[in-house]
Amino acid sequence: MPEAVQNIPIQLKVNGKLHSLNVEPRLLLVEMLREHLDLTGTHVGCDTTYCGACTVLMNGATVKSCTMFAVQADGADLLTVEGLEREGQLHPIQKAFADSYGLQCGYCTPGLMLATHQLLSRNRQPDDKVIRKAIAGNTCRCTGYQNVIKAIQLAARNMDRV
Amino acid sequence: MSPGETKRWVGESLPRKEENRLLRGRGKFADDVKLRDMLYLRFIRSPYAHAKILSIDVSAAEALPGVICTLTGAEIAPQTQPFIEIGPEPFAKIKDYPLAVSRARYQGEPVAAVVATSPAIADDAAELVPVEYDSLDPVVDGEQALQDKSLLHEEAGTNRVWNGVFEYGDVDRAFKDAAYIVNIDRLHFHRFSSTPLENNVIIAEWDPKDERISYSCNNSFPSFAIQFLAAHLNVHIDRIRVETSDIGGSFGIKITSYPQMAVCALASKKAGGRPVKWVETRSEHMTSSAHGNERTFRDTRVALDKDGVITAITSRHIDDCGAYPRYEPLGCVIWSQVFPGVYRFQNARIDFTQTVTSKCPVGPNRGYSRMQHLWFLERVVDLCAHELGIAPDEMRLRNYIRPEEFPYTTPNGCVYDSGNYPKMLQVAKDLIGWEEWKKKQAVARKEGRLFGMGIGTTLDSGTNNFGQSQIVNPGLPYSGNSQGANCKLDIYGEVVVAVGSCPQGQGHETTAAQVVADVLNIHPDLVTVRTGFDTERNVHTGFSGTYASQFAVSGLSAVHGAAQKLKAEMKRLAAFALQTSEDDLEFGVGAQGPEVRASGNGKSINYWGLANLVNANTAALPPELYELTLNCRYIWRAPFKVPDRQKKYGNLTLTYASQLHIAIVEVDRETFIPRILDYVAVDDCGTMINPSIVEGQVYGATAHGIGAALMENCVYDPVGNMLTSTFSDYTPITAVNMPALKYGHIETPSPHSYSGAKGMGEGGAAPIHTISAALQDALFSSGIVIEDSFNNADSLFRAMVSKEIVQAGKLVRVERRV
Repeated sequence: MPEAVQNIPIQLKVNGKLHSLNVEPRLLLVEMLREHLDLTGTHVGCDTTYCGACTVLMNGATVKSCTMFAVQADGADLLTVEGLEREGQLHPIQKAFADSYGLQCGYCTPGLMLATHQLLSRNRQPDDKVIRKAIAGNTCRCTGYQNVIKAIQLAARNMDRV
Repeated sequence: MSPGETKRWVGESLPRKEENRLLRGRGKFADDVKLRDMLYLRFIRSPYAHAKILSIDVSAAEALPGVICTLTGAEIAPQTQPFIEIGPEPFAKIKDYPLAVSRARYQGEPVAAVVATSPAIADDAAELVPVEYDSLDPVVDGEQALQDKSLLHEEAGTNRVWNGVFEYGDVDRAFKDAAYIVNIDRLHFHRFSSTPLENNVIIAEWDPKDERISYSCNNSFPSFAIQFLAAHLNVHIDRIRVETSDIGGSFGIKITSYPQMAVCALASKKAGGRPVKWVETRSEHMTSSAHGNERTFRDTRVALDKDGVITAITSRHIDDCGAYPRYEPLGCVIWSQVFPGVYRFQNARIDFTQTVTSKCPVGPNRGYSRMQHLWFLERVVDLCAHELGIAPDEMRLRNYIRPEEFPYTTPNGCVYDSGNYPKMLQVAKDLIGWEEWKKKQAVARKEGRLFGMGIGTTLDSGTNNFGQSQIVNPGLPYSGNSQGANCKLDIYGEVVVAVGSCPQGQGHETTAAQVVADVLNIHPDLVTVRTGFDTERNVHTGFSGTYASQFAVSGLSAVHGAAQKLKAEMKRLAAFALQTSEDDLEFGVGAQGPEVRASGNGKSINYWGLANLVNANTAALPPELYELTLNCRYIWRAPFKVPDRQKKYGNLTLTYASQLHIAIVEVDRETFIPRILDYVAVDDCGTMINPSIVEGQVYGATAHGIGAALMENCVYDPVGNMLTSTFSDYTPITAVNMPALKYGHIETPSPHSYSGAKGMGEGGAAPIHTISAALQDALFSSGIVIEDSFNNADSLFRAMVSKEIVQAGKLVRVERRV
């Protein structure tokens, strides 16, 4: 029989908004986002850090939220797909994915866009090889990555103009 | 197109309507649905591949606070009927329940379930259910299963699910006259799955008040599921509602989730009607959702004339469908939709057998049943080319069905609607620079490098004639194919479309809007297409769902028919309102939005005006127009006949999209890692509704094929443990493993669909054929026969180095009579 465990208070910022929660120590970060904050744009695909459907940005760096406990994000600043748009306007990365047919079922897309966000924050002119490496931890079963790579190239160009 | 329609939107790469929500993280996937008082279900699964269940003790789990109830197979069997079996006797006798009753037949089979108030409590409770087993001999290999030493389903008395001989032409004569006979001992198509990124998710609510079962889920063939569920649960089919919304990929794998749907409903009933949610984990998905069919090809003999033209093929095929047939044995006939592949031979005898094994049941995975056969034919053609010293491209040109022969009737009566394989080959060669690569290959070979060029030609047959099911079981009540759609003007004049499909990224909302926009001469933005599937929209038929490469034909023909019906009603109504004749009317958009106008008197009425007359201002409507509803349901039916069951002859599919791929591959001499140096995919799916969506489907299907050819393999050990039960073991293809693809297309419009479109999306597993051919080209001079569809560095190392496989050189034997 599992022993009763004490919930742990945490505080974190998600998409610019501060949240204080009391969570079970075993609660995964992705469960906290989806179940406690109702941010269901972050998905679960593999449970084991391979597929990246759960990718979010923590303090600007990508993490796989299915393999982190919520308590590990105490004090962190998180960005999820819901935080990409600004006042209803799509982020240049979102727009580039739309314009390039960079998604089909859309299940992997939030994670891929956040991986793209990290890549482009460090390198505005990534070549094909760099892009492929940057999204190696994000599995897409629909697109064959071809239009995803086009989208990332387009996003890089669009963001240069911003 | 009908007279008066302006073709504007069909054929355009219109941006997808779906993106707005999906890109913002506002898609509604099944796991995003939360209901009041929702409970969470976890399965307890068999760790054995084959075992008797001696006891299941749920008492500790039930005592855990937060646990609402448990379920076992023994408990649900008396309340339910075993699932319908599609196959004939003796396999119709087997009893398939969604929880194992007294025997588990594959590792991961559910034997019990726990239901709790949170997912975490359900996880804890599942750990508290001891199950005592007595292990039995597993049956891991499809061919060994035929020996019936260990029976998986004793009530059937055999592991053989189905057997039939498909024979056409004069096989004996062709072999007698042959200049060459090529014998191929064994070929093997491996077991893999396209593993949609979203796992199966089911929410079931069995309301005790009105005895209704409501599902919110991601099943991809709900019409099939409800037919199985109604019979299993002893409920009226109208009492089962299935809704899907956004689905994170299916590729056919989510067709066979009805057993889990049954358990969730029974759990909800036991929990007093509270909704029960089950979210599959990835390991559950890998071990127990569905895999693609595994197939072994034995004793193949190929007759060829002096020019290398194939005149006859005989072979014995053994298909392994895993522990329960479920969608099977439909795969035992579905391969014959593409009986001769893209080739002209007239004489063939295929002895086809399907067996059960103690592995995960199969489901209709992308390319279902045809890709196994098409890979077999491509290996046959390719091996014959190498053995006879004919260049692989030349060999194909000599054997392809010729462009002038379409529509082409195959030896088994299928009608290939259109195609031009030589042209596709030329387009592909031009795109990849075939001659340049030939030169590079010659240089590389001089340097001792293992460098191969491979061609794969394949078919994506779409819109099944379900009459073929009667070839596997003459007692089945299915034939033809149909799809439903509804097109209406809502009360304020909005154009709203519903269709019986449940898309998983194929852009149905967009392409359906394109079709309706053309009929009404309005912008697709003015057309709302309902998301997902819902039985309560009343647009589904017995075949509704999204599978088998058919939406462009069945779905869009239904949408087109419904839109035309609506247009005809709008004309009658507008003619009355504008006091003119129907011939005088034009459809378009005016100052008051979309409208119908009279060209004679210049008057117009907008859609609100029309809808108002029918819905809210009805006293103004004369009785002779009372039959108008502006709410038009149309059922499209494919023009099929029931095939001849004895001769196994008839048209089994309406459209035949084709794909031709070329790969340039090098195998590293040190590491044996196969590397793709260049790749081209050429597609022909007739008239394209939305070229960018088509292109995306081609890329996706290509990635699945390259993954399957080089990385993705469902591996079982000799006692039936699945060794690839996580993504880290199974390794779905990633961006770094994918080559940049070159893409081309040709269009041979189908004479069998209203728009000239052919169903597409499965892609015919072209990369598997192509990479096998390229590896064969690289390794033929080393005496290696590519006998398996799966080739990673490890298997190539074994082939090149290990002794047992060096003998594989004897796999192929040529009799020369000239």
